Amino acid sequence: MSNVLVVAEQSRSTLRKATLSALTAAREVARRTGGDVSALVLGSGAGAAAEELAAHGVSVRMADSPALAHPLAEAHAPVVAAAARAAGATWIVAAATAYGKDVLPRAAIALGAAVATEVLAISGEGADILLRRPMWAGNVIAEVELRSAVKSFTVRPTEFAPAERAPGGSVTPLPVTEGSTGLRTRWVGLEEVKSDRPELAEARVVVAGGRGTKGDFGPITGLADALGAAVGASRAAVDSGWVPNDWQVGQTGKVVAPELYVAAGISGAIQHVAGMKGAKVIVAINKDADAPIFQIADYGLVADLFQAVPELRERLARDG
Amino acid sequence: MPLKLLVTVKRVEDPESKIRPTPDGTGIVTDGVSYKMNPFDEIAVEEALRLKEAHGGEVVVASIGGDKAATELRAALAMGADRGVLVRHEAALDPGVVSAILERLVAEERPDLVVMGKQAIDDDQNQTGQMLAARLSWPQATFASKKESLESEAEQRRQPGLAVSADGTRVEVVREVDGGVETLDVALPAVVTVDLRLNKPRFASLPGIIKAKKKEIREVPAASLGVDLAPGVVVRRLLEPPRRQAGVKVVDVAELWTKLHSEAKVL
Repeated sequence: MSNVLVVAEQSRSTLRKATLSALTAAREVARRTGGDVSALVLGSGAGAAAEELAAHGVSVRMADSPALAHPLAEAHAPVVAAAARAAGATWIVAAATAYGKDVLPRAAIALGAAVATEVLAISGEGADILLRRPMWAGNVIAEVELRSAVKSFTVRPTEFAPAERAPGGSVTPLPVTEGSTGLRTRWVGLEEVKSDRPELAEARVVVAGGRGTKGDFGPITGLADALGAAVGASRAAVDSGWVPNDWQVGQTGKVVAPELYVAAGISGAIQHVAGMKGAKVIVAINKDADAPIFQIADYGLVADLFQAVPELRERLARDG
Repeated sequence: MPLKLLVTVKRVEDPESKIRPTPDGTGIVTDGVSYKMNPFDEIAVEEALRLKEAHGGEVVVASIGGDKAATELRAALAMGADRGVLVRHEAALDPGVVSAILERLVAEERPDLVVMGKQAIDDDQNQTGQMLAARLSWPQATFASKKESLESEAEQRRQPGLAVSADGTRVEVVREVDGGVETLDVALPAVVTVDLRLNKPRFASLPGIIKAKKKEIREVPAASLGVDLAPGVVVRRLLEPPRRQAGVKVVDVAELWTKLHSEAKVL
């Protein structure tokens, strides 16, 4: 018997979709250990996110406090730990997003919990649950056991289908005693990457560019917009300051699993491949016929992206 | 105000090496694999050196392991760090144990700021800095970056990306988060973990390498620290990931379009 607590993530009271993947993983642990799932939403005036999560059939505790308005690990982690104790939770689960990675290990120390990050799959029963997670940029998959009494992990959202809407959920407030007065972290601001494109981690199609663009992402964004796709980039393109860091796909950037991934002018370093090899169909367009990206691409075109990408866009406009 | 900086360094497989599990799943094939300092830790060392150059102070580098870990400490000393601490421990570790060991080192060294890589490229855990901050009840700023690009003039001049206040009591950190860049202002002492775009690490100079040979590396047996050395995350076995097969080459955009439209049916 084990209680599983999902730490939700919201921004301006909008629930992040990755939380629904964490909910699916939490339910899998509960099924294998014979426990119940509940969830925790933290924020200030984030009731709509809590209601949205409850609409997926889970009982939600809402920690609502001005002290939690910003996603500060120093403020959020103690509330996560307190909520886990109150729920008698023996498993704590969050999505492997920037927020989840920041907050969960901090909360885990307060609970004496070991943490596995970026979990891909769950197996085993009862006390013998095994978690699969990537190592060495996904070149190796480790099957790990957590030996602490309270256990926790973050979930790679692309590996767990988002939970469906279901009846039976509820929202109850969780009193927050922690204030913001003792905090030694001050939130200064967030420079958001504003975009009308779909979110990279959730897009059906991703068009990505790399060093081969030489800094001109015009063809990449042009094709992306024609396809209603998100735009991705290799580390080389982001490091050069050509595109926002938020676009990076790879071992240390975003992990994506779209139906179609178009890699243009990307050589295919293992660190990049780690972030996109879960795509259903991979297209590589590169001038260099020996680029490693062709070893994993379903369709490879040896061509100059500045000719081929606009041509593909024209073809799409004509025949798509 | 001079700053005392503690930087952690881990020896890892070269990120360019092709890593695969052994057939029995108990380890990785090490033939032909070379080793180096975790790339994120190189960025952490570089940042600490820049902070020392800007504010004065001392850069202490720490690692856990055997003689091979000392090799990476020596590499950090060659970059310019002042001295090293080697915690002798050859058995398996996890972020919980590493953060507990580091907590003891912090108690001994009393740094103003701990600078760490956000993750090591071998186990890709990304938790040790957060756990250390939790154990110390210090604020944390993870995934530190900066707004200027790595091609910018500020980077050419090797300016620190972490902005420590003139009185040495706070540090402003630009962080890479989902959806943009966030700025936090944290009181010192604090733990900062660094992301890829904070700086371009320097190469050790020949005089730096020679000087490093004479720099102190203090050795501490892990067993002397009074820390539970049993890992909470235990690897049972290592597996091959599903491999993608190379597909086909198409001759032109027309054929690519046909394949995507009629065969894969994704457009």
